[in-house]
Amino acid sequence: MNPVPLFFRLQTKQAMLMEPVRTDVLTVTPWLAPIVWEGTFDPQVIDEAFRSYNLTIATTVFAVGKYTCFLRDFLESAEKHFMVGLNVQYYVFTDMPSHVPISVTLGVGRRLNVVKVPKFDRWQEISLRRMELIQTAIEEYIHQRANYIFCLDVDMIFHGRVGPEALGKLVAAIHPWFYWVPRSQYPYERRTISKAYIPQDHGDFYYQANIFGGAVEDVHRLTKTCREHLEMDKSAGVEAVWQEESHLNWYLLKNKPTKLLSPEYVWDDLRGQGAKEIKLVRFSSVIKNKAEVRENP
Amino acid sequence: MRFFPVTKPYVLLLPASGLILIVGYRIFWLFREKISSPEYQEFTFRTKEWNMVIPDMSSYNQPRILVGRTDVVSVTPWLAPIVWEGTFDPVLTDNIYKPMNLTIATTVFAVGKYVSFLKDFLETAEKHFMINFRVRYYVFTDRPNEVPSVNLSGGRHLTVISIPGSNRWQEISAQRMKIIHNTIETQIHKEADYIFCLDVDSKFHFRWGAESLGRLVSVIHPGYYDTTRNNFPYERRPASKAFMSMDQGDYYYGGAVIGGLVEDVYKLTKECHKEFEEDAKNSIEAAWQEESHLNRYLYYNKPSKVLSPEYLWQDFKARTREVKVIRFSGVIKNYAAIRPNE
Repeated sequence: MNPVPLFFRLQTKQAMLMEPVRTDVLTVTPWLAPIVWEGTFDPQVIDEAFRSYNLTIATTVFAVGKYTCFLRDFLESAEKHFMVGLNVQYYVFTDMPSHVPISVTLGVGRRLNVVKVPKFDRWQEISLRRMELIQTAIEEYIHQRANYIFCLDVDMIFHGRVGPEALGKLVAAIHPWFYWVPRSQYPYERRTISKAYIPQDHGDFYYQANIFGGAVEDVHRLTKTCREHLEMDKSAGVEAVWQEESHLNWYLLKNKPTKLLSPEYVWDDLRGQGAKEIKLVRFSSVIKNKAEVRENP
Repeated sequence: MRFFPVTKPYVLLLPASGLILIVGYRIFWLFREKISSPEYQEFTFRTKEWNMVIPDMSSYNQPRILVGRTDVVSVTPWLAPIVWEGTFDPVLTDNIYKPMNLTIATTVFAVGKYVSFLKDFLETAEKHFMINFRVRYYVFTDRPNEVPSVNLSGGRHLTVISIPGSNRWQEISAQRMKIIHNTIETQIHKEADYIFCLDVDSKFHFRWGAESLGRLVSVIHPGYYDTTRNNFPYERRPASKAFMSMDQGDYYYGGAVIGGLVEDVYKLTKECHKEFEEDAKNSIEAAWQEESHLNRYLYYNKPSKVLSPEYLWQDFKARTREVKVIRFSGVIKNYAAIRPNE
């Protein structure tokens, strides 16, 4: 299934060319991909365009070991804010299917699928295997059932709209802790032995792996490449500094995203309320006691 | 007993031929349905959407998140980029698009006295338009002998296609959509990935590169970029297929530039021509002919990329602050001297 061109019927107020709504932030990348901030898009126009296409958005989330405790809040808040009005197929990858809260009420056209996966002793290992598992899931069933796919972290909650303005061929979100720093300070993998290596004077933005997505075909290519690189690194005895996130950043430097989500879409509650460019927090990490939920430090 | 082997083939022949007839009829019926449906096309297009890949770790400046162009809007409410100087990195853009080995078809109509504009159009295009890309110019003219010979760089070609002239410039303008979509059908779909349909009475003055490529690309008319929509020169008579009411409209797009993937421009030109013909049957000619139909089409089928007025200026207009470079501009002309009618 392919993403479709859009046909719009509704119009609201006119967009005045000389009156930018956001003058404080970059709204388009140097390769002309839009960066989605509050104020840059008209939600009514976007919703109207996408509604008529009967799209299905696959949404993967990993809840392994103690991380199943985050599922209820994740799902309940997703039902309020995530792609409301569209068909969503959740794929919950877990080693403990009995811990999945199936009592969460889902809206029309939305379904929860539970996929059993093995558990690993190290949280880094769980994180690393995600690319492989997503790739396989796309190959085996997601490609037939969905137009777009989003891969989300489970220890997060939706607080505001995350709608079809986030849909695109290849979509990534800007990390909330690095968006104002020079690229030499991005936590890229800097050892040349790793496939995720990025030299000091290269880089666009630092993307966080908590949310990425796009057309199923493009996300398949992403996950397949990252998985292959992860395996090559493993053979060479190296684990990238931020595991899959390092490989994701390498991939997205080379294969430019067609749309970027501002840090509104991947916030960290630990950053607090102070950032004036963030007018709305849509999706953010739950403050958690890492010792309690992780298998190892 | 000898009778049996002789008759056996004949016994089988009747039901076998019956079966063949039935199967053949079903296949024919399916085929007929398929070709009579409006979606059926006997041809396929070369290119779907491309992935933006940089060929190696090329060097360019880091984009800065908290800094942008603050005087203009660089993205539409449906999240299509609006291309202004300063919003894109030309080196990065070229690095992404050149390895794709694209061919850009470029149509231009030079009918009657308009053939005199060709030389400047082509010479300036050779300096500024899609440099280092493969370009195929398609020059539609009723005066093929008067098409100037201009030196084209390697990988660039020019095809002259003869079309009838007319006593009315509005007629010439109106037929462009039909001719473009016919030529896409017969020729261009095999030869190009992207297509731009440009007005000939203009010159290039500055880079017009791969930053302009997209699925469906339009340009904001230089005369109306700072106006409210009720002042756009849309067709306002409800009887016309190009009708736009006072509260509709995003931008007013110029008919002098239409671009995009060959498939999407094919759909646009086919649809616009169809609407134009409907109007003609009802004895209506829209306020700005094809430009009116184009504007209505682009309201309902939003462009995936919008070019700022840098990409369509008019020489008689004074420069403005926000338009920092002029890339393509209509020359000052004496309409009485070059048009066949008022």
